[in-house]
Parts: sequence; C-alpha cells; structure tokens
Amino acid sequence: MSHLASLDAHVLDLAWAGVLYWLGVGFSALLLQRRHGLLTRLIFPLGALGALFMAGIGVAGLLLPASSMVLPIGLPDLPFHLRLDALSAFFMVLLGGAAFGITVYACGYFRNMAAGPLALLALWYHLFLAGMVTVLLADDAYAFMVAWEVMALSSYFLVTTDHKIPEIRRAGFLYLLIAHIGAVSLLLTFGVLQGGHGDYTFNTMRLSEMTPFWSSAAFLLALFGFGAKAGLVPIHVWLPEAHPAAPSPVSALMSGVMLKTAIYGLLRVTFDLLKMQLGWWGTLALALGLVTALYGVIFAAVQSDMKRLLAWSSIENIGVIIAAFGLTLIFHTDGKGALAALTLTALLYHTLNHAFFKGLLFVGTGSVLHATGERRMGRLGGLIRTMPWTAWLTLIGALAIAGLPPLNGFVSEWLLLQAFLLTPGLTQPYLNMVIPVAAATVALAAALAAYVMVKFYGVIFLGQPRDPALQHAHEASWPERLGMLWLAGACILLGLFPTLVIQWLEPVVLMLTGQRLSGISNWLLLTPVSAERASYAPLIFLAGVTAVVALTYLWVRRVYHGRVRRSEPWDCGYPEQNTRMQDSAEGFGQPIRQIFEVFMRVERETPDPFDRHPHYRGDSRDKLWLLIYQPIADLTAWLSMQAARLQHGRIQWYLIYSFVTLIFLLVFTR
Amino acid sequence: MTALAYHLQIVNLLAALLLLISFAMLSQRRVVGLVTLFAWQGAALALSTAIVAWSTGQHHLYYSAAMTLGLKVIAMPWYFYHLVKKLNVNRVVEPMINIPTTMLIGIVLVIFAFNLALPISEMSGTVTRSTLGIAMACVLLAFLMMITRTKAIPQVIGFLSMENGLFFAATSATYGMPLVVELGVALDVLVGVFVLGIFIFQIRETFDSLDLKHMEKLKEK
Repeated sequence: MSHLASLDAHVLDLAWAGVLYWLGVGFSALLLQRRHGLLTRLIFPLGALGALFMAGIGVAGLLLPASSMVLPIGLPDLPFHLRLDALSAFFMVLLGGAAFGITVYACGYFRNMAAGPLALLALWYHLFLAGMVTVLLADDAYAFMVAWEVMALSSYFLVTTDHKIPEIRRAGFLYLLIAHIGAVSLLLTFGVLQGGHGDYTFNTMRLSEMTPFWSSAAFLLALFGFGAKAGLVPIHVWLPEAHPAAPSPVSALMSGVMLKTAIYGLLRVTFDLLKMQLGWWGTLALALGLVTALYGVIFAAVQSDMKRLLAWSSIENIGVIIAAFGLTLIFHTDGKGALAALTLTALLYHTLNHAFFKGLLFVGTGSVLHATGERRMGRLGGLIRTMPWTAWLTLIGALAIAGLPPLNGFVSEWLLLQAFLLTPGLTQPYLNMVIPVAAATVALAAALAAYVMVKFYGVIFLGQPRDPALQHAHEASWPERLGMLWLAGACILLGLFPTLVIQWLEPVVLMLTGQRLSGISNWLLLTPVSAERASYAPLIFLAGVTAVVALTYLWVRRVYHGRVRRSEPWDCGYPEQNTRMQDSAEGFGQPIRQIFEVFMRVERETPDPFDRHPHYRGDSRDKLWLLIYQPIADLTAWLSMQAARLQHGRIQWYLIYSFVTLIFLLVFTR
Repeated sequence: MTALAYHLQIVNLLAALLLLISFAMLSQRRVVGLVTLFAWQGAALALSTAIVAWSTGQHHLYYSAAMTLGLKVIAMPWYFYHLVKKLNVNRVVEPMINIPTTMLIGIVLVIFAFNLALPISEMSGTVTRSTLGIAMACVLLAFLMMITRTKAIPQVIGFLSMENGLFFAATSATYGMPLVVELGVALDVLVGVFVLGIFIFQIRETFDSLDLKHMEKLKEK
C-alpha cells in the first residue's frame, strides 16, 4: 500500500505541475505578441496538451485513494492546501476532456484575430483553465476563493474580448457583478462553515460540529453563491448575456466547464464539508432546479439568436442537474442510500454529458459564425450543403442534447427518470405525491429541449439558404474539425458504453453517499436497479437504429424512387417558391411563446400592409428582469440621486458640511 | 488667587489680540486689509510662541516662532499682496451673510469654544492652558470666514488663519507639537499656498472671475 500512497502524492504534484504549466503557457503567449503564427500553432496546441494531461491525472485520481499536500505559497501562515479525491478527479476528467476538444478547436478558430489581442486572449484563456483546475484541487477556503476569483476575472476578460461593442461591455459588467455577489455569498458560506475555529482548511470544516440552523444557513448561502455561477433562476440573468458575447470557444468552455465548477462546489459543500444534510434542502433544490429547467427551455424555444438559444439551453441543463441534486439529497436524508447513489450517478453523468455536447454545439455555432458572420438564425439556413463537416458533427451534439438514444444525453436523462420513478419508496407521504409532478416536469423539459434542438438544427443547417451570401460559406478549418470530432466522439462513446462510465463514476458516488448502485450491469446491458425493473442496451439499440435507417434508405432509393412522379410543386396561388416561405426561428418558436406568454414580455413590431420593405421584429424579454432586477436597479439609482442632492457644487456648502460635522463631533465626544 | 507672572500676562494679552484679529478678519471687506490682518495675526502668534519658549525653556519653540515669522508674517503676506496686485481684485466684496450676523454667529462660536476647552485645559499641565479656549475660537472663526466668503483669496487666507489657530492651540495645550511635525505642517502650508495660488490663476482663466460660485457649473447634471 505504501508504494501506492507515494504514487498518489506524485499524482497531486503532477496536477499542480499541470496548473503551473498552463500558467507558463499563458504568460509565454504575452512574449509572442507579434508572432501570430506561433500563437495559433504553438500556444493553443500546448494548452490542449495540458488539458489532455489533466484528464489523465483525473483518471489516475479516480483509481487512487485521496491525497493532499500543502503548498508554501500565499500569505504568511496561510499556505494553499490542495487535495485530490474522487470528486475532484471526476471533475478534472470532465474539464480536461472537454477543454482538450475546445482548445484544439480554438487553434483554428482564432486564426483571423490580430496578434496583439490574441496574445492577451491566450493569456486569459490559460489563466481561466488554471483557475478552474485550482478550484477543483483547493482544500481550504482561502485557496478556493483565490482560484474562484481568478476564474471569474479571467472569464470576464474573455467575455469582453470584443470590448469595443457596448452590448458586450454591458454583458461583461452584468457577469462581473453577479459573479461577485455570488463570491460574497461563498465567502459567507465558508465563514459559517469554519464554525468559529478561525481555521479555514476544509479538513477542519469536515470535523466541526454544527447545529441544524447554522448548517442550513451554510447550505442556503452555498446554494445562492454557486447558483449565481451556475445560472440558477432567478440569478441566471447574466448567462444569456455573457455566453453569446464571448468568442465561441470561450462560450463553450464557460458553458461546458465553468458552470460545472459550481456543481462541484455545491456537491463539495453539501456532501463533504457539511456533516449533516436536511431533507428540506433537497425539496428546495428540486423545486428551484425544476423551475430553472422549465424556464430555461421555454426561453430557449423563443430565441432567434443561435448562441443565446444555446445559453438558455445551458440554463435548462443546469436546472435538470440541480433537480437531480435535490432528489439525491431527498433520498440521502431519507435513508435510501441505493437510490441516492442512482440519482447521483445520473447527476454526474449528465454533468459530464453536458460538458461535451454543449461544448460541441457552441463550437459548431462558432464555425457557422466564422463562415457567415451571422448569429441571427433568421439569416441562416441550408448550411448542410456548404459546411457538411460542421453540420454533421453538430447534428451529433444536437441529437445528444435532445436525449435521443444511442447517444449520451439519453443515458443520463433515462437514469434520472428511473430515479424519479422509484420515489414511491420514500417515507414522507407528501413528497410521494409531489414528486410525480416533478418527474413530469423533467420529462416536459426534456421533450421541449428536443423541440428546441429541432429548431436550432433545422433553421441553421436545413432548408434553403435565407441569404444569397450563404452560398459562399466556407467549411471549418482542420483544427476546428478535429476539435469537434473529439467532442462528438466523446458524445458517442459516452452513449454507447454507459456501464463502463458508471463503473468509473463509482468511487465518486461511494465517497459522497457511502453507497453503490444495486443493479448488476455487464458491458452490454445497463441495469441500474434490477433486471426486472428496467435495462438499456445501447449497442443493440444502435444496431437496431442502423438497421432501420439502412432498410429505409434502401427502400426509398430502390423501391420508392422507381415510381416517382415529377410535377410542379403545389403552388396555391404563389407564382414561385422562395426561401422566405420556410419556417423561421420566430415562427417555429411561436406556439411555445403563445403557451408560455406569462413568463415573458413580448415586444412586437409588425409591418404596415402597404410597406414596400416590410420589417418585422419580435423580441421576448425575460420577465424576471423586470420583476426583480429592474426594481433593484431603480432603487439604487434613486438612492444615488438622493445622495447626489448633497452635491451642490458650491464650495461654501461643502465647508458647511465639514463645519457642522466638526461641531457635532466636538459636542458629542466631549 | 495669585497674580500671574509678567510674561504670562503678556501671553494672555497676545491671545486676546489674536481673537480680536480673528473678529476683525470676519468683518473686513477688502482683500488687502485681510492680508494685513493675517500678517498681524501671524506676528502676534510668533511673539507669543517666543515668550512661551523663553518662559518654559522649550527651545524648539524658538524655531517654531522663527518659522511663523518667516512664513506667515513675511513670505505669505508678500505673496498675497503680489497676487492681489497682479489679479487686480482689491474690491469691496460683499460676504454671503451680512457682517453683523456673522459677528453674532462668531460670538456664539467663541462661547462654544470656551465651554469646550474648559475640561481639556483642566487636564493640561501647561502654564498657558487658559488660552486654549481662545485658540479653538480662532479655529472656528477662521472656518466661519471660509464659509462666508465667496472669493478665492479670502478663502485661502481663512484656511491659513485656521492653521494659525491650530498652531496656537498646540502651543497652549502641550507647548507645541514635536519639531518634526511642525516642520512638516509648515511645509504643507507652504506647498498648499502655492497650489492654491496656481488654482486661483486657473479659476480666473476658466471663469474670468475669482468668484467661486461659478464653480457650480462644474457639477455633473
């Protein structure tokens, strides 16, 4: 065992070396400010290698027991504590795996950027990666907060890469503001968790005894703080602004990986640092998660900007993950260890999946944006003909996020719904009655997500080009294709071999819930609970799907086409068929907008019937912005105006202020 | 009650003179007159400091007295005369509040200052402690002058006069501050006057007048 332990310590050393390596890569980018070729051909590939290395460390960390080390950096008497256990290791695999594909993609994506800004971007990019890994490795509140802030600030600079555009600066400011409100909440969480010891290492927090009241306070603060980072409704407003504002690989990294650090933090605080968990926390998280999922998917359905659509879809996925987190807590506190293990498995699986398919979709939109210069879906269409690589690889991501078998999105959603269906085993009767509704909500969100993806994919890649310029759209470059291939490959493999993935998640689940899955699975058949209840064989499914597709293809080509009748397409009074007759992004989302109009404020400008150049504009705004954020902003502005009344601009008044203060102090401090 | 020593009586007399000059500054409408009064105030201060130094054997107070004489009686008044001549601003200026009212407020402030100084002077062990009330009154009166004047140069003089009061308070309560501190303060005052002088030129260039109410225009709407 001793040689294993020593190897283990080395793994953590290597992980820290990886962080330093990324920092080195980032800062060396600054030295290459004038060497554009080197930046794209050397710096980003080196960063991608670092990501692969981190994924490898993560795999090793899952196999080895937990290890920790103390780094002599930071303030005097306040060194950094690092620890690599199963939970951190799992998230490192996620980070490394997704970041590798995205960084490879970035090698091609940034080729047209000027060298100076690109060098800065490379610096922030690698600082961002290093910050995220350090968040996962941190074993005391101080190191955690430092890494968390590095992550927040570097991502702020990445979001505001195009800082000359006012909307982007505004989005960046909103992001920075909410990130800091969240960070303050996290600081308070750790303040409560240390329980008056004054010792901020996670080890002390694990041991400290806390009353239910203070435990709940810590949990609620953590839920708010991490929720602000994850995009939990109603603190999600920054997400649909900031993700579209960033360059696509950065959006992919933020949506795929950074949001997951919040999930990591929530799991770390709730299951690891807090000694006891209470059932009602689970109910609260479940409710918030479901609201977030539904809210996110509804807004995704009405978007007409492709990156904004994906950002809202990220909110939906975070909602599903938080709902799974709530359900895990409910099962865990109810003593249903095996079910908690199942739900946690589904949660981790979905977290991993989302990193890959959302990363893939975001970089896919990046290629489209590069090729066409257009983010509005109303100007796109038919790109599958000019950009087949991007289109087919994005299709894999779209199918995966829509939850279609045999891809990865199906497995995690299926596992989660299995867990929901097992809730009748709970001892609390009221939960028994409410949770089927929750299950229905998750199913609704999943179905609407599929709807959203049909819209996303159909409007951008299928049909006829809505703009003649789209005929000249160019295909993505090779590094971009390779990055997308990696991410799409991960989506397929994670879908085809769920049993292996679940075995590999076992150390994490065991660490957090103290339980493992009860079902016995083999490499072909996934049976999470028992064979009588439910099982899933993705390879057989794939074979079935392939067979049906092949047969249909052959039948259509050989049999049906034999008796094709060619005639004019039905033109009910239309002299010609043009591209404007296709379903548009707004049109496709219209039914959803009608049904869920209560959640949004719709602004519409319909053209005059006699207008020669008719112009239509429809905009669905987030009502929560008006209900919560606008009043706060107005109140702040009003208070500032009141304070500004003191400012007369006359020097005599300022002197009188000092004079009165002086007299006042002299009278009262005598 | 034993009769006070001869030199302490002179210090008390000079303190009374200081207060009188403060009131005179409050009521003075001409800038040149104000500068002259300021110079006299400095002279009274320097003299009283020198007497305190002689009677108590505190040698560093001699340096303070010399500095006061050099800076506040000679250098600065000369500079202000020069400024007034150059800017041609020696006109009668009506203060914001009329002069009788200002004087009444000044009397209230003096009573307040004496009331305030009573417990402090009881704690102090110096021979000059009875003048502390006058010193504080001088500070408050100078402040009042700054408030009531709308032109730049009277305000600067008010500021310097306030510094005089503080200096006198330090001398009477604790035989002055340590020499290093006094040197620092003197340097600050000197630099401050030059900075304010530059400002005065700037204000005149920008607004074509030294009236500070024009600075309201700088306020952000």
